[in-house]
Amino acid sequence: MAKSHKPVVWFPFAAGGTVIAFFIPVIVLLTFLAALGHVPAGLGYESMHAFARSGLGKLIIFGVVALSLWSSAHRLRCTCYDFGLRADTLVATVLYVAAIIGSIAAALFLLRI
Amino acid sequence: MTTPLKERLVQLEVLRYNPDTDTEAHFQRYEVVCQEEWVVLDALNKVKADIDPTLNYRWSCHMAVCGSCGMMINGEPKLSCHAFLRSYEGVIRVEPLAHFPIERDLVTAPDDFMEKLKRVKPYVISKQKKPIEEGEHKQTPAQLMKFRQYSMCINCMLCYAACPEYGLEPEFIGPAALTLAHRYNLDSRDGGRKERQEVAATLEGVWTCTFVGACSEVCPAHVDPASALQQMKITSSIDWIVEHLIPGGKS
Amino acid sequence: MSRKPLVRECPPTTWYFRQPRYLRYMSREITSIFIAAYCVLLVVGLQRLSQGPAAWEGFLLALRGPDSIVFHLLALTAAFYHATTWFNATQKAMPIQIGEGFVPGNIISGAHYAAWAVLSVAILFLAGVF
Repeated sequence: MAKSHKPVVWFPFAAGGTVIAFFIPVIVLLTFLAALGHVPAGLGYESMHAFARSGLGKLIIFGVVALSLWSSAHRLRCTCYDFGLRADTLVATVLYVAAIIGSIAAALFLLRI
Repeated sequence: MTTPLKERLVQLEVLRYNPDTDTEAHFQRYEVVCQEEWVVLDALNKVKADIDPTLNYRWSCHMAVCGSCGMMINGEPKLSCHAFLRSYEGVIRVEPLAHFPIERDLVTAPDDFMEKLKRVKPYVISKQKKPIEEGEHKQTPAQLMKFRQYSMCINCMLCYAACPEYGLEPEFIGPAALTLAHRYNLDSRDGGRKERQEVAATLEGVWTCTFVGACSEVCPAHVDPASALQQMKITSSIDWIVEHLIPGGKS
Repeated sequence: MSRKPLVRECPPTTWYFRQPRYLRYMSREITSIFIAAYCVLLVVGLQRLSQGPAAWEGFLLALRGPDSIVFHLLALTAAFYHATTWFNATQKAMPIQIGEGFVPGNIISGAHYAAWAVLSVAILFLAGVF
């Protein structure tokens, strides 16, 4: 059996898992405050727009969204297999393509800001 | 003066399978008087000696060193010489190690593990041939410590019985064998990593592992195979980048 | 003597009920469903942000309500659970050897927890929560 190309999908999974661990809890907390009706000042249009306009802001947002999407898509793929769904190639294709589409959409929206 | 040992009537439910007569395995109940301080293996020995000489199981050292008495005890992979009766209440269910074919009663067929062990070349492959006159291959304590933990494996196969991915995907080379590959890869005297990677960095190698972590939780020798496999995934990923993305990196 | 080993199959759809640790593992894996759903929400948020102030205010308004609160609680639980399992695993994936000894695993994981706390507080501060 040949050496696997799995690192192509696993490396971004590992990077994304790290990004999710460090960033997603606090981001969820911020929108949770908005859900409760207490929108944090930083989530106002002016400050969000200013952040997303800057090059660094774009990079951070895209990095967080794209890597988190990829990481959860990869983990979902493994989860499907663990639940007994054995059509791994199909599941993997659907989930990875969905993650890529989500990332491209995020990039396009960011470029419009 | 010694305190008299406390006796206890232990109920064992043991999975039986006789390849000569059975097509299915079935549970058999034994009631056996044990000492409170005993382990499950002692109880089985008592059953075999006093009640049912046809009961089959493997054991040797009775001190968690030889790795032959692995069984499922109340669903948990355990060395039966290391499973104290006092940790269990009620009926104790004893089954052969999960994920391995049953040879007879509690004896499993380890052939698959043995074959996989061979495939990862678990021995030092010298970096260069060195004539004996030039002396020994020296190693500093720090170089030894780098892999020492991973060399403590007793081949008891509890990690295979604990690993669901091995159960679901029998092609998986599995925790103990891959960990031994890692152990030799980390050895300063060894130059065989490239050969082993041909087996370890495949789909049925480290990439079948999803880091359930059960292997490390059940390991009686505290080898922590899950950590070895995680490290191998990282180094295999770095290999891949070097081989495919860095010009001239194909080693 | 001929051999006739009895092969027992691992039940492919129900194996995780066999041991509590498998359920713990599956709950870690299932966090990905909520994280993925939340990422979709983030992408929608970016779209609204790119459409101007009115769309963004509408997005923030749409976040309110009991359904959203339940979703956020699920996502928050998933994100925190993921983070703890991830930081606990760092000591296994990246051991640090100094001389003959290893840096205690708790220190490696602990450093990650500390960095996580600092980063989270900094982001909350920058977002004007306090």
